[in-house]
Amino acid sequence: MAGSSANAALAALPEIAKAGPAGTGGDAPVTARMAFTVNGERRELDLDLRTSLLDALREHLHLTGSKKGCDHGQCGACTMIVNGRRINGCLTLAVMHQGAEITTIEGLGTPDALHPLQAAFIRHDGYQCGYCTPGQICSGVAVLEEIRAGIPSHATGDLTRAPDVSEAEIRERMSGNICRCGAYSNIVEAMTAFAGDPSSRSQA
Amino acid sequence: MKSFTYERPGSPAEAAAAVARRPHAKFIAGGTNLLDLMKLQIETPAHLVDVNGLGLDRIEDTPEGGLRIGALVRNTDLAADERVRRDYGVLARALLAGATGQLRNQATTAGNLLQRTRCPYFYDTAQACNKRRPGSGCAALDGVSRQLAVIGGSEACIATHPSDMAVAMRVLDATVETIDAAGAARTIPISELHRLPGDEPERDTTLEPDELITAVTLPKPLGGAQVYRKVRDRASYAFALVSVAAVVQPDGTGRVAFGGLAHKPWRVEAAEGELPRGAKATAEAALAGAHPTPDNAFKLALAERTLGAALKQARA
Amino acid sequence: MKFDTPAGRNPIDQLKVVGRPTDRIDGKFKTTGTAPYAYERHDVAGPQAYGYVLGAAIAKGRVRAIDSAAAKAAAGVIAVVTTLDVPTLGLGTMNYANLFGGDRIQHYHQAVAVVVAETFEQARAAAFLIRVDYAPEAGRFDLAALADSAPPAKADSGEGSGGDGAERVGDFEGAFARAPVQLDATYTTSDETHAMMEPHATVASWDDDKLTLWTSNQMIAWAKGSIAKILRIPKRNVRVDSPYVGGGFGGKLFVRADAVLAALAAKAAGRPVKLALTRPLIPNNTTHRPATIQRVRIGATKDGVITAIAHESVSGNLPGGVPETAVDQTKLLYAGENRLTSLRLATLDLPEGNAMRAPGEAPGMLALEVAMDEMAEKLGLDPVEFRIRNDTQVDPNEPGRPFSHRDLVGCLRLGAERFGWARRTPTPGRVRDGQWLVGLGMAAGFRNNLVMKSAARVRLDPHGTVTVETDMTDIGTGSYTIIAQTAAEMMGVSLDRVVVRLGDSDHPASAGSGGQWGANNATAGVYAACMRLREAVAQRLGINSADAVFTDGEVRAGNRAVPLADAAKAGELVAEDAIEYGNLSKSQQQSTFAGHFVEVGVDADTGETRVRRMLAVCAAGRILNPKSARSQVIGGMTMGVGAALMEKLSVDKRRGFFVNHDLAGYEVPVHADIPHQEVIFLDEVDPASSPMKAKGVGELGLCGVGAAVANAVYNATGIRVRDYPLTLDKLLAQLPDAA
Repeated sequence: MAGSSANAALAALPEIAKAGPAGTGGDAPVTARMAFTVNGERRELDLDLRTSLLDALREHLHLTGSKKGCDHGQCGACTMIVNGRRINGCLTLAVMHQGAEITTIEGLGTPDALHPLQAAFIRHDGYQCGYCTPGQICSGVAVLEEIRAGIPSHATGDLTRAPDVSEAEIRERMSGNICRCGAYSNIVEAMTAFAGDPSSRSQA
Repeated sequence: MKSFTYERPGSPAEAAAAVARRPHAKFIAGGTNLLDLMKLQIETPAHLVDVNGLGLDRIEDTPEGGLRIGALVRNTDLAADERVRRDYGVLARALLAGATGQLRNQATTAGNLLQRTRCPYFYDTAQACNKRRPGSGCAALDGVSRQLAVIGGSEACIATHPSDMAVAMRVLDATVETIDAAGAARTIPISELHRLPGDEPERDTTLEPDELITAVTLPKPLGGAQVYRKVRDRASYAFALVSVAAVVQPDGTGRVAFGGLAHKPWRVEAAEGELPRGAKATAEAALAGAHPTPDNAFKLALAERTLGAALKQARA
Repeated sequence: MKFDTPAGRNPIDQLKVVGRPTDRIDGKFKTTGTAPYAYERHDVAGPQAYGYVLGAAIAKGRVRAIDSAAAKAAAGVIAVVTTLDVPTLGLGTMNYANLFGGDRIQHYHQAVAVVVAETFEQARAAAFLIRVDYAPEAGRFDLAALADSAPPAKADSGEGSGGDGAERVGDFEGAFARAPVQLDATYTTSDETHAMMEPHATVASWDDDKLTLWTSNQMIAWAKGSIAKILRIPKRNVRVDSPYVGGGFGGKLFVRADAVLAALAAKAAGRPVKLALTRPLIPNNTTHRPATIQRVRIGATKDGVITAIAHESVSGNLPGGVPETAVDQTKLLYAGENRLTSLRLATLDLPEGNAMRAPGEAPGMLALEVAMDEMAEKLGLDPVEFRIRNDTQVDPNEPGRPFSHRDLVGCLRLGAERFGWARRTPTPGRVRDGQWLVGLGMAAGFRNNLVMKSAARVRLDPHGTVTVETDMTDIGTGSYTIIAQTAAEMMGVSLDRVVVRLGDSDHPASAGSGGQWGANNATAGVYAACMRLREAVAQRLGINSADAVFTDGEVRAGNRAVPLADAAKAGELVAEDAIEYGNLSKSQQQSTFAGHFVEVGVDADTGETRVRRMLAVCAAGRILNPKSARSQVIGGMTMGVGAALMEKLSVDKRRGFFVNHDLAGYEVPVHADIPHQEVIFLDEVDPASSPMKAKGVGELGLCGVGAAVANAVYNATGIRVRDYPLTLDKLLAQLPDAA
């Protein structure tokens, strides 16, 4: 490096940095073979047991559509659909999902073949920075399925009746997906439009 | 997160035995709280016993006319069960007031009961916390305590139990079934599951380390009007400041438990006799001996008012 | 291109593309998860090792020693760099907390070490093996306790606004004493964190002595300069690339520890390193919006003419830091002959206070616009009418200086009409809807428009594709799309013929994203570059550029029409220019205006406040893309609800840190908190702002909203809370008796 005398910060580094080969000391990782189906494709990986499902997808399968916003189940950016249910990919270990069917944002649609809810998000500007967006959309697809399946929510008036696709239901059910840009009003519009469009239902 | 080994046992008894066999072993089910804590090294199991494959995911009628809920029934499925919605409305409502759709899809019945506190000092490993590191002190006592306990706390700990579901289970007099490494089963009334912190705040429950919850049983339905009223700053996806689980009969008698106030769901059966006299009398009796901090003293007034709202709703 | 006289008619005025509600051109990438954010750059330098940052466990003091032997020996670990391994690094521009190096700890969670390992799991585990020996020192953490002794301060919001600490016009004290109607009230606002969804993240790679950072940053040119300054390397050796930014709100205006530590770690590891700040580290490690204590005094005649107005604010910051400029808007928003504004600054040992969306105005309007509501009530005037009565068309500090364009009155009148303001019951606590006490509130919105140099490069290729290159960022603001619209309009092509490349420091330096200045300045820079390209095209085609009309993919002059692409047949055409501003913004005050209207319900038993309806009417010059501009405004409104009702970093005043330092403890609004939101833009242009005749809206949507919420809570309950956020514990004691 260009070791000028002013370059003290970096000049100091080589002295302390020659760690040689990677450490082999205590706390060695335990690895295991993991296999699951992601977006219709069977994938096998040998991974450190500590690997979250989210990191398995993002770091090892390079499926970076699912986002890491907090890594602690506090934001919903990592929402993905596992065996038909939406979950936080950050709060589960990859090894706990042997044989699972996993759908991520990449499995819903592509830039040239958008899922109808992806198209609705664009039409209604249901996003700004885009970071929470894949999680919102995965959640949105699953939320409408949950309502159709009759699963109640905090917003459901009468628990003995089937919930409907109302704005109040959508807002409550989507509350596990934080959008700091504040696109909520538009997301509800996108979901309402998608839910009301019969042609999009079959593809959901 | 420290490295760990991992196994998937074939039966509940094997699971309990596996945890007993290995030092620092823990059960993992939904994992939504355990993994959260492992990432921060607040929990550092050396061995994980994954109980997800053990079945334990059915909801069955009991001969007594109640329900037996498998330990691994997901929160979503429990709240969606027709019998729960019809006969145990307070439980369905409590479940739906908790967490988010994503988390309820993962989180299990047993795991929900065993959630650890959300005290911010418990979560910050640079701070003193007797629950996380026994003997290190409690920074919350003179720190920020708006969310923390107003009753039942100790000089060692003023953490609250974060579960909504457990508050409803408490008002319903649920019982918890467990199995241990020796294959011995026992039944624990939910009133005896969660502890007050005392001088051992590191112990949240009365379970032994190798004891696995296999089911939670609800007695036959209580009838009456069932209400779960949760109060929080934002409208969803937040832990309760105060919550009230109430079952009120047409004659005004009933049961009530509070969340957000103590180290465990707070129910004082002796105070329930005051219910026909209203929220003020009931709350005063239930919360006698409260010892709030300046930060959380508002919870006493809030508990009374929330109970009032719940009773109004029950009578509506 | 120099801009020193108001814009006349220009190609943008065609409004064939600009000004139309347009879907974002980056939308198909964002909605499919294919837009690459910093931590996801598997496509760049490799193989990348993983970094994990350890934060200090004390608020103030020194690091005596660090034992990293166990971490270095741990499985997979490639390198550990501790703060004791490097000298104190330089400060980034406009920052005053050291990001790394040396033994001094200035605030909690200041970075003290970074571990590099083969995997994320290994780096994280090893970081917990590092043992740090601290020598803690006593610190100052309690703003309220220090407020009275805080000295006056000069102001700079960090986003270019602000001024001297105290300003006086006329005789405030005398006029206030004589005023028949007076208000003297003190308001407090809380520390807030940006809480953008994408954590600060960087991939760093060294090629010999050249450093490339793929990072998440709002201001690329600042970042490049600051990294060079911090690491003490030549600026020419730094490249910063940030094509997608997962939210910033001011939290990514500056280079943060992720970028610095990734660079150091990559040097130490001898290979590219990527790392992100973990969520629990962010609120204390990075910057935040500082808490304020604000005193507002207003004196008026009995018919509601303000004769005296004073706004004084105290905030705290680290030594060398600047105050929160919460009094700025009060210099300009209302008339009044006698005026006083002042800022004081206490020294605190909390993390660095710095810009967060609408620094100054966001907390300042929370005070001023509640004070206006209180004053209107004292006067028996409708709050809308009281504001209209005190409108000013000139800078009240400098009456010879007019606003370039100001239609606050139009915003308020239209908003009142659309919101049904006339149906409001002025007496508070009278409207009931079941369990809900219902109230309406309003506030003015105000935020200045800032102009600054911005450059771009435009290319025309033989296929007729127009490519724009600038270091401008899109942090959710819609930059990609408005820049494409601008180029399409200027070159007479459809939107799908335009490619936009952003966020790369190898591109010409733009104004960047901050202070709601990005849209107007960055598109004006593209306008300037396109004017150059139009000249080059005309010249290549042998057409007099003054006669050339660029439309429908053709260049037309007289009866001649040539495909635009033909101009590049013989080779790509490239033009570069910048917009540079003269004195227009000094001779005329450029600001943006809004009327915010809110309906809330307050639970009569529990005091929970829920927002039921929201409307903003905005006057902000030409709206380049009404679709994305509307989103900017609703986003601001949402953040305003947060500030009013829930957002607060809770300070542990003994230990000196923000306790609720994650997204569970620090509550921001969720879906269920936000109703349908209405936004109306007044149809206007401001020719003084730039050739685009546009101004900013990204922060206007936030300024005033919180006060409108607070005023609605008052109207609902009759309880005036002057301490934000208005959590239910502050209402309980005064709510009606429980049933």
